[in-house]
Amino acid sequence: MISSLLDSLRGLKSFPRGVHPPHRKKYAEAAPIQMFLPTEQLLIPFVQHIGAPCEPIVKPRQQVAYGELIADAATPMAAPIHAPIAGTTAMGSMALLPSGRRVPAIPITPATEGEVLPPDFLARFLGGDYEKFEPTSVDPDEICQKIRACGVVGLGGATFPTHIKLKRNPEKPIDTLIVNGCECEPYLTSDHRLMLESPLAVVIGGQLAAHACGASRVIIAIEANKPDAIEAIRKAAEGRPGVEVAVCATKYPMGGERQLVPAVLGRTIPSAPRGLPLDVGVVMVNCGTAHSIARAIVLDAPLTHRVVTLTGGGIARPGNWLVPLGTRLGELLEKAGGGLTDEAVKVLGGGPMMGPTIPNLDVPVVKGIGGITVMTEAETARWQESPCIRCSRCVDNCPLHLSPTSIAHAVKFRDWDLAARFDMNACCECGCCSYVCPAQIPLAQYIRAGKNQARMMAAQNK
Amino acid sequence: MSEAPAGTGPGGAAPDVVKTQELFVSAAPHLAAGRSTRWIMFQVVAALMPLLIASTVFYGFRAILLTVFTVAGCLVAEAIANAIRGRSQASLGDGSAVVTGMILAFSLPPALNFYMAVIGGAVAISLAKAIFGGLGHNLFNPAMVGRAFLMVCFPAAMGVWSEPAIVFEGMALAAVDGVTMATPLQAAVDRMPGLAAMFVGQVGGSLGETSALAALLGGLYLVLRGVADWRPVVGTLAGAMIVAFIAHWAAPQTYEGPGFHLFAGAMMFGAFFIATDYVGAPITPAGRWIFGFGVGGLVMVIRLFGAYPEGFMFAILIMNAMTPLIERVTVPTPFGGHVVTN
Repeated sequence: MISSLLDSLRGLKSFPRGVHPPHRKKYAEAAPIQMFLPTEQLLIPFVQHIGAPCEPIVKPRQQVAYGELIADAATPMAAPIHAPIAGTTAMGSMALLPSGRRVPAIPITPATEGEVLPPDFLARFLGGDYEKFEPTSVDPDEICQKIRACGVVGLGGATFPTHIKLKRNPEKPIDTLIVNGCECEPYLTSDHRLMLESPLAVVIGGQLAAHACGASRVIIAIEANKPDAIEAIRKAAEGRPGVEVAVCATKYPMGGERQLVPAVLGRTIPSAPRGLPLDVGVVMVNCGTAHSIARAIVLDAPLTHRVVTLTGGGIARPGNWLVPLGTRLGELLEKAGGGLTDEAVKVLGGGPMMGPTIPNLDVPVVKGIGGITVMTEAETARWQESPCIRCSRCVDNCPLHLSPTSIAHAVKFRDWDLAARFDMNACCECGCCSYVCPAQIPLAQYIRAGKNQARMMAAQNK
Repeated sequence: MSEAPAGTGPGGAAPDVVKTQELFVSAAPHLAAGRSTRWIMFQVVAALMPLLIASTVFYGFRAILLTVFTVAGCLVAEAIANAIRGRSQASLGDGSAVVTGMILAFSLPPALNFYMAVIGGAVAISLAKAIFGGLGHNLFNPAMVGRAFLMVCFPAAMGVWSEPAIVFEGMALAAVDGVTMATPLQAAVDRMPGLAAMFVGQVGGSLGETSALAALLGGLYLVLRGVADWRPVVGTLAGAMIVAFIAHWAAPQTYEGPGFHLFAGAMMFGAFFIATDYVGAPITPAGRWIFGFGVGGLVMVIRLFGAYPEGFMFAILIMNAMTPLIERVTVPTPFGGHVVTN
């Protein structure tokens, strides 16, 4: 309550309720992005987006060049996949994703002769010749086509195909594009480093996305705990009409669309699962996505690499790395991160508020993974559920104004009608309720399970 | 990476590979604010300390003993209930029985027999809490149920109100006849103590009623720490003030003004410590306002028109009974409106 008051006194953009978890960005926020070159075999999953799985285009034991198209789907609701390095494919197999899904994949063994990647790859990834580029010089439809061809998806974690998001819809005109650089998850610093080290590409990407969807305004939203990134983006945005920087309160879940859109524009998105930002004239893209859009349009570069934060008390050398997609997590953690420490107990695909635990380090790095948080016993919470004392902290902190304990109660008794009366499906699973619960009831976990079960029940009854 | 042989366990790393160790798998989130039920309960105990000190100053060491006996009654009943239900005795340490015992003690007359205090505590836990399923499951505030039980069984002893042993210079009340005066609130109508005297604690009453100042200090601490919700506090005080104002405006000769009622009796103690009890109150924001206004209004109605001089006990019990209904009509609307189906 008091920190929210201070935020509004400082004039920061904010939303009601939400929580203030410890930032713990210190681990990696000062570490510049470095290039990681794997020497082991890569495993490229054919599903790295929401939508239809891709079909392989290359054959086993075939030479592939950097950036070569290796898988695509016939439907629009998909994003093709490119070879992140030069090498030789092997027999198709299955990959376990950080989310726990098992999907078809193809291994690529890095080439031993010649260049695996174009020279100065990191410098060109962060730099790039954007100064003279005019975002409005490209046709909006062409932007969308190129974005699809380059396999760009939402890099904030949702991996929704970006070209679908940006496609103009005459019934739902868009006036504002928000570039989400909040990075409200504790620990993670990859977006922070990207905005700091490659600000111009983020700004140009935002302008290109705005031009594609018809928005006249670009707002780049950054939390107040990244003053250097705010400065860098402000400088890059200088003299560019319609581009603004919004400094947001450091609060979780600031980067959620249902929190960020009201915070910076004062518009309320209708509840999930129906309501979307485009219902209120807004499209929101992650700053990493904006960066990929700029690279796709200006440099014709497909999405083959992404910045991954290795962080947490359970990793020997925290840092930020530019990693080829498909790199085995174990190799990355060992060679870039110096391996896990003795205290490490949990490896998370993402941050500690929403990231799933990774049971097995053989998973590949995929488009949706912005960080790997390795937590120690002391850093993580052990949940020992005790009775609800009806303190209403979950209700008072829910950013969507739900009653989490009531929903969790309904889920425990599998009473889906009751759960629906408390608007279970409006939940965004941000985890604020579990975070504040003094009885350590895993409320968000119950609600997530309930949403899945109710969906399955509904599908069976059809 | 070579697989670690089965049974190697944590630390059994093969050379040249990421250390093979046991990794925990659990659903997000993986962080917790770390404020446990136990932390909350002992914050309440800490916030009750000014009242315990004030009542010890005014009524002597007996105030502490009375508190010890009610708490003991609560803990023994909790332990027996745990044993009967085949549960661990962990709940003794969660502090909830201690809080119930202290709230009960502070609502009792200082001169009460100790054995009655033990009975009150035991009834509070056994009849109001344990038989409903323990912590978090009680419908009614256990301390208030314990007090109601004592009022029914020992009406005479529950009606004896001692005068504070220490009277500050300049705040002395008119001469009073002994320790068996009617009740402070009724007597007050006749001799009308100054508001300052009531605020500091110069008027007889239960342990928690005596000093509005001590209750306010502890209560503000709870609200600022985020332990007690401010909405039922403000609701209770506002609800009471509204009824008191209307009554005073309609018949100023018969009814004291809102200022008197704000500091008289258990108003401060009740608003900060009893109306903010989590379990029996609604969890919805609107429901907490309704609950507070209801408690405050009922307290005043009972004070002004009822047979009892103080109304907190019945006001809380009545509003506890209303809680399921209040929650039913105050289901929160999600930030983006209710979920649209079909």
